Amino acid sequence: MSKNVIVAGLVVFVVAALFPFWFNIGKTSAAPEAELSAKAKAAKKCVLDKYDMRANHMTILNDWRTSVVRNSDRMYKSTNGKTFGMSLSTGEDSCLGCHTDKAKFCDKCHNYASVSPYCWECHTDPKEVTQ
Amino acid sequence: MKNKRENFLSKSSRRGFLKAAGISAVAIGAAPAIKAVSIASGGGDAVSSLPLTTPKAEVLTAKRWGMVIDTSKITEEVVESVVAACRNSHNIPNFDIQPDEKKYPNTRPAKKMQEIKWIWEEHYHNAFPEMEDEFLADKFKSLPFLVTCNHCKNAPCVQACPTKATFKREDGIVIMDFHRCIGCRFCMAACPYGSRSFNFRDARPFIEKINPEFPIRSKGVVEKCNLCAERLERGLQPACVEASEGAIVVGDLEDPESEVRALLKENYAIRRKQELGTEPSVYYIM
Repeated sequence: MSKNVIVAGLVVFVVAALFPFWFNIGKTSAAPEAELSAKAKAAKKCVLDKYDMRANHMTILNDWRTSVVRNSDRMYKSTNGKTFGMSLSTGEDSCLGCHTDKAKFCDKCHNYASVSPYCWECHTDPKEVTQ
Repeated sequence: MKNKRENFLSKSSRRGFLKAAGISAVAIGAAPAIKAVSIASGGGDAVSSLPLTTPKAEVLTAKRWGMVIDTSKITEEVVESVVAACRNSHNIPNFDIQPDEKKYPNTRPAKKMQEIKWIWEEHYHNAFPEMEDEFLADKFKSLPFLVTCNHCKNAPCVQACPTKATFKREDGIVIMDFHRCIGCRFCMAACPYGSRSFNFRDARPFIEKINPEFPIRSKGVVEKCNLCAERLERGLQPACVEASEGAIVVGDLEDPESEVRALLKENYAIRRKQELGTEPSVYYIM
């Protein structure tokens, strides 16, 4: 008697628990690759190594913020000996100075990973300004 | 007998406990000292990884930045150009303009009392309320006064800020880290000069032309004059100084040879609400 009820309940539970899987069948897409601008390709080396950058760019941005605001030191000497301006968008040696297309470089992966950093609430994309 | 034994036991365990507690307290207290000694003797690399701030030639530096405003040189035109220069270089919203309907549709009209002020015009009796004498010279009744953040030596806003978003730099500039501001507005209550403004809304529709060199502030953040710290670092004078036609001078208050000190030596200058003990760094030559 209670066997049927239990089995039915189990089925409902399993279906509900696996909801994210069956709901997204056929909708998944491959993880996007950040597209490098011609300028970034020509420069070859970024502030950190590619994989380090991929994993830790948020930490380095945080450190840069502290350095610029608190210690008024705006130049970053990277491991490869090059210096960069510690800025998201100001100047040729800033992040967007080299990675000129924010939509293809930042937003693409952030959207895929469903993270919405609030950098651009205050910082401006040079493209947005000229529009 | 049993009773006695129990008594003894509990006594000894208490003594044991106190001993252990004492030893561990000493150990915990000594740990940072041991660490410090090991770093000082070259054991750790914590010191070498500190950022080296190398003073660059083009950077304008001071021991304590201060401002001198010559009230006799301030006219309505100067006020206008100074306020506009500050507004343009820091993306300060102007609530008097009509937002672009195409870019920002359905923008609510702005409330004047929510305006953002970094440097603005004030009457004498508002700027110096305690000095409003019974028979005040006529010229002070009509003269426009430029008021801004005083970058106080004992800044009350810095003491009030619970997140250290507002802090005092070594060179005397009271500056904000907008990232850390939680919008509690304690600093606004603490500032006796009303130099701080809160962003009640998104500023973008009310910025005529966005300056890409400086960020915009997001909703829920307090902001104020930063003495153009970003310009000083590039060797430029603050925007208000450039636009003021010589009425505003910014320099090192601690340097006896500086221009501001020379001005203060020769002229009678007052500061706003000096009696509060905040030690403002903005002087007004009368």
